[in-house]
Amino acid sequence: MTRAGFVIANLFRKKTRTILTLLSVIMSFLLFGLLQSVNHIFNAGADFIGATRLVTQARVSFTQPLPLSMKPKLESVPGVARVTHSQWFGGVWQTNTPLFVFALDAQSYHDTYPEWVMPEEQWRQFAQTRTAMVAGRQVADKYGWKIGQKIPISSNIYPQKNGSKAWAFDLVGIFDGKDENWQRQTNQIFINHDYFDEANLFGKGRTNFFVLKLAPGADAAAVTRIVDGMFENSPDETKTQTEKEFNLSFVKQIGDIGLIVRWILFAVFFTLLLVVGNTMAQSVRERVPELAVLKTLGFTDGSVLGFVLAEALALCLVGGLIGLALATLMGNLVEKGSGGQFQLRVDTWVWSVGIATILVMSVAVGLLPALRARRLKIVDALAGR
Amino acid sequence: MSESMVQVRNVTKTYERGKQKVEVLQGLTLEIPKGDFVALMGPSGSGKTTLLNLIGGLDQPTAGEVAVGGKRIDTLSSGELAHWRARNVGFVFQFYNLMPVLTAEGNVELPLLLTRLSGAQRRKNVAVALEVVGLSDRARHKPRELSGGQEQRVAIARALVSDPQLLVCDEPTGDLDRRTADEILGLLQVLNREHGKTIVMVTHDPKAAGFARRTLHLEKGQLLEQAA
Repeated sequence: MTRAGFVIANLFRKKTRTILTLLSVIMSFLLFGLLQSVNHIFNAGADFIGATRLVTQARVSFTQPLPLSMKPKLESVPGVARVTHSQWFGGVWQTNTPLFVFALDAQSYHDTYPEWVMPEEQWRQFAQTRTAMVAGRQVADKYGWKIGQKIPISSNIYPQKNGSKAWAFDLVGIFDGKDENWQRQTNQIFINHDYFDEANLFGKGRTNFFVLKLAPGADAAAVTRIVDGMFENSPDETKTQTEKEFNLSFVKQIGDIGLIVRWILFAVFFTLLLVVGNTMAQSVRERVPELAVLKTLGFTDGSVLGFVLAEALALCLVGGLIGLALATLMGNLVEKGSGGQFQLRVDTWVWSVGIATILVMSVAVGLLPALRARRLKIVDALAGR
Repeated sequence: MSESMVQVRNVTKTYERGKQKVEVLQGLTLEIPKGDFVALMGPSGSGKTTLLNLIGGLDQPTAGEVAVGGKRIDTLSSGELAHWRARNVGFVFQFYNLMPVLTAEGNVELPLLLTRLSGAQRRKNVAVALEVVGLSDRARHKPRELSGGQEQRVAIARALVSDPQLLVCDEPTGDLDRRTADEILGLLQVLNREHGKTIVMVTHDPKAAGFARRTLHLEKGQLLEQAA
């Protein structure tokens, strides 16, 4: 027998209670793993994009479009190599499946985003066919689209001039990403801005945001200052930021996912704290005489405190690791099941935070009972006082 | 048997019960030689268990000196006392106080976790201790699978396994029938006579006291007499 063996034996003195507590720890960390990975998804998009591009949007909100007439002015800013623009279309597939559809200028977008990989012939077709669209590999595979098909897509924002929100586009190309990170983003669809601008009922000559490709060695901060200074006090004041900042602010339009996740996890772990804390407190209360015997045999106050903390750690560690492992497994299943559209990745970062949480939780639930065990007076405990 | 194992000098022990102070031992002096087997008798509240706790280093006197094996233990800190107990004294309780989650051999091995012995050496010592108390065939049984007498034998093996010179026993047969009690007392006698252990035993039972070499009577915290 070892000290670890003694701790484990004590942990399972009431098997049903321990298993139920263990299950609650497992469920909590399963939830933790999945929610943290959801949280991570929203930040991950921004992580890999460098500061080689800036995004200019209306100062108030990117939902307020900017005039396309700004483009030559933006192109004239020192340090800007290329300017493209992009407009949110609000695409819907069939009855109610949202699509990420952007109306853009094919050539300048291709020049600005070399990360999208597609045969040059298809880029040419895209630029030359007014009703053309190109789809990312993921979305094309998901819906079984083939080049040459006419794809009906509705817009939940923009009707055509005839009042119909049903649009149709000719699929002329399927693009991929240059690496794994970009390949994960191929759930987008691009259509021609010229066609969209001409056919839609509202707002001519405007776009949601411009993307400025910086020249090599350009000072991104200086370009930002110049651009925003150029349109200061105009009817279309701008806010220019790096792509990373832009993506984060885009996510925050949906809601503060991080805050929501934190609150859910706070509720989960607070409940867990009470459940496991109660189990530990009850376990120590039940065996006061046994703890006194340990001290009688020569185990120090510190050793007895250590035994109780070790039990709390073992309980949280076993439950936590199983929960995180299940979350990893489920994340992989969800990712495979969704064809890579929903990437629930319980990665090293989530595991690291999870293990840190396990350690904090162990101390939080074990410390009070452990201190009680440490303070036990042998004579009083043996006498049942 | 002339060398002293336990020396208690002018010991006073006072407990505070709420606002009331209860003086349990009043200037008690006692000497127990090495290899002795002493029975402590007396009515409830006379201070028997308190004296036993002081000798075993489970409690500290309010005043006076307690020395065991020539070492003053009344001046030791809580941590030092714990280390001292692990090396020098074995305890046997009325209700055995075994760990229900461990087997007999696990219970006996428990004090050895405080030593630097290897796992193999620990298992060897455990086997010897269980053999001494005649329970080798019950090594893998948990306490609930043993009779009261067998449980007490395991407790004695646990007290013996680290080879202390002093055994303190608090009513070791108080929860046993006569026949089993006599077996346990006979075992203690063997440990005293053949293994040279010094034993201090608290008991209410005159027949149990009859197994000791001598009996000390306490009343109202004072030693009354010594009976051979």
